[in-house]
Amino acid sequence: MKKLSLAKLPEFFKKLTADYTVIAPVENADKVDFGVWDEDSKLRLDVLKTVKSAKGVFFPQVEDMLRFHMQGKNIDIKPVDVMDEDFVVFGVRACDARSFELLDRVFLADPVDPFYAARREHGTVVTLACNEPEESCFCSNFDIDAANPMGDVTAWIKGDEIFFRANTEKGEKFVSSLDDTNDSVEDLQNSIREIIKKLPLADLDLTGFDGEHLMEKFDDPRWKELSSGCLGCGTCTFVCPTCQCYDVRDFETKDGIQRYRCWDSCMYSDFTLMAHGTNRPTQVERFRQRFMHKLVYFPSKNEGLYSCVGCGRCLEKCPQGINIVKVIKALGGDK
Amino acid sequence: MQEIIKNRVGELLGNGYDNVIGWEVAEAAFDRTPAIFDKDNLDKLVYDSFCGANVAKYAVAQSQNGKKSVVLTKPCDSYSLNQLCTEHRVNRDNIYVIGVGCCGKIDVEKIRKQGIKGILEIIDNGETLTVKTLYGDKEVNRKDVLLDKCLCCKGKEHKIADETIGESCDTATGDKFAQVEALEKMTPDERFEFWRNELSKCIRCNACRNVCPACSCIKCVFDNPATEISNKAAADDFEENMFHIIRAYHVAGRCTDCGECSRVCPEGIPLHLLNRKMIKDINELYGDYQAGDEAGQRHPLVDFTFEDDEPSVVHERGGDK
Repeated sequence: MKKLSLAKLPEFFKKLTADYTVIAPVENADKVDFGVWDEDSKLRLDVLKTVKSAKGVFFPQVEDMLRFHMQGKNIDIKPVDVMDEDFVVFGVRACDARSFELLDRVFLADPVDPFYAARREHGTVVTLACNEPEESCFCSNFDIDAANPMGDVTAWIKGDEIFFRANTEKGEKFVSSLDDTNDSVEDLQNSIREIIKKLPLADLDLTGFDGEHLMEKFDDPRWKELSSGCLGCGTCTFVCPTCQCYDVRDFETKDGIQRYRCWDSCMYSDFTLMAHGTNRPTQVERFRQRFMHKLVYFPSKNEGLYSCVGCGRCLEKCPQGINIVKVIKALGGDK
Repeated sequence: MQEIIKNRVGELLGNGYDNVIGWEVAEAAFDRTPAIFDKDNLDKLVYDSFCGANVAKYAVAQSQNGKKSVVLTKPCDSYSLNQLCTEHRVNRDNIYVIGVGCCGKIDVEKIRKQGIKGILEIIDNGETLTVKTLYGDKEVNRKDVLLDKCLCCKGKEHKIADETIGESCDTATGDKFAQVEALEKMTPDERFEFWRNELSKCIRCNACRNVCPACSCIKCVFDNPATEISNKAAADDFEENMFHIIRAYHVAGRCTDCGECSRVCPEGIPLHLLNRKMIKDINELYGDYQAGDEAGQRHPLVDFTFEDDEPSVVHERGGDK
């Protein structure tokens, strides 16, 4: 275990910038999201939930893939280079850290996504334990321990000190310049776990959300009522750490095409639109797709692993108060 | 008031109306979801200090499906519903409007901003709120945590209503154009910087557009893959900025200033200020105008009178070109 005074964190970050780009929760115009840290940044490690999750660090909302330049009858195709610089993402919570493992199953499976793979290779993940979980947190349902998050390095803030434990080789490099300590964070971990036990959503009944019950869930008549207030906006999908769907688009530049990919949302009417039209003509089917994917399709193909990490962002951010917990409570268990 | 509303709606549902558009408890005890009820689930209907969402737009789909709906509207929502009837998006004959009293709605984000975490329950005591949390009970002043739109309350009057239930209060605290004036006083560069920074947070979730009662096109041009401007994300760092500016122009004259765009923005972008600037300009050029004020009214941008300013006058006061 290593430790550092919290007051010395900016100095430590500054030293890190010699080897890494430092990405951390920073405040901009009143809201906190993961962004590049510099000395003028307002670091907000006290904020539990950034508006967007940390997934954008590895899977950005928009990224260029190819550029075409037209010169007369010639088309010059320029692939975009993949990331080749080391970076640190600091202050990732346990839920978001788990989401990286889920995204790995999608983007690192054959065929490997080169853009994502390069970022994973060059990124060092420093997680941070959640001293004060919120009422909207329900990560414990997915066997995530907010008192002991994973990643390359785990950090705990205790009083005015921050403690680090390296979990991987990359993590060892990150903590190498810090002082050793024999202090323990066990008391802090115990107090976090006590709070988590008391969370109102700590005990959701997920039985029935599996491949065996696929058609039963799919055909449930209650999807209609559950989705009736849904605006069809993309807020839930864009703040979600595990939503991974993307679209590939072309943007016309003056002398060619910029081909980029961007996050897509199953809430949108043109999601997976094909020549024959769409098989999800109304918001009921679009809404059902999102939750069936997370709670039924994904686990049925991934040894029962749900693609929800219980971060609770959809609970706080849906403009109309609709979220995955409402769906689990309505359709889960033996109901 | 909630029980009186439920009883009255129950009578109407047995008397020629198919459903009622109102609110139900979301997951958290202090969160509300707009919902459509019939006789079977009417017991879930709630009306309290957390029903900030404007449900007027939900009447569009019901009305177009030929349903007869009872619509519950707060005074501010009534402007939106009136405007939707004026635009023939809602058939007035298909709705029965119950105006429900309102004394301002709570913005839970503002409670969280005071550093209050782990909120389990919020009890409205009138002047104050008791916030029960995982970390103990807290007390906050109710007026400090009202939705921004309540601070520019349009008053107690219901602009469209077949009957009203409950009393309202005017919760306005100041000049609604004060923030617009502050922006006008900035230099063009400062103002540009302000909006570039605010709009840089946009995640293009479209919540502002989808919630907006003035955005009632069946297919938005930005959702139509057959158009070249259809997009879900920015190809460059100015596209989101353009999206919001285009939207503000598109709803100009029809925007009632209901404030839903800013309420729903996950990134807290003060989008309503773009619309309010348009409203201020319309007021200055054509005289005070409030969209949704009267059924059937024509707004100044689609009307003509001999007293209208000449285009040159409009042009001259446009500021730096």
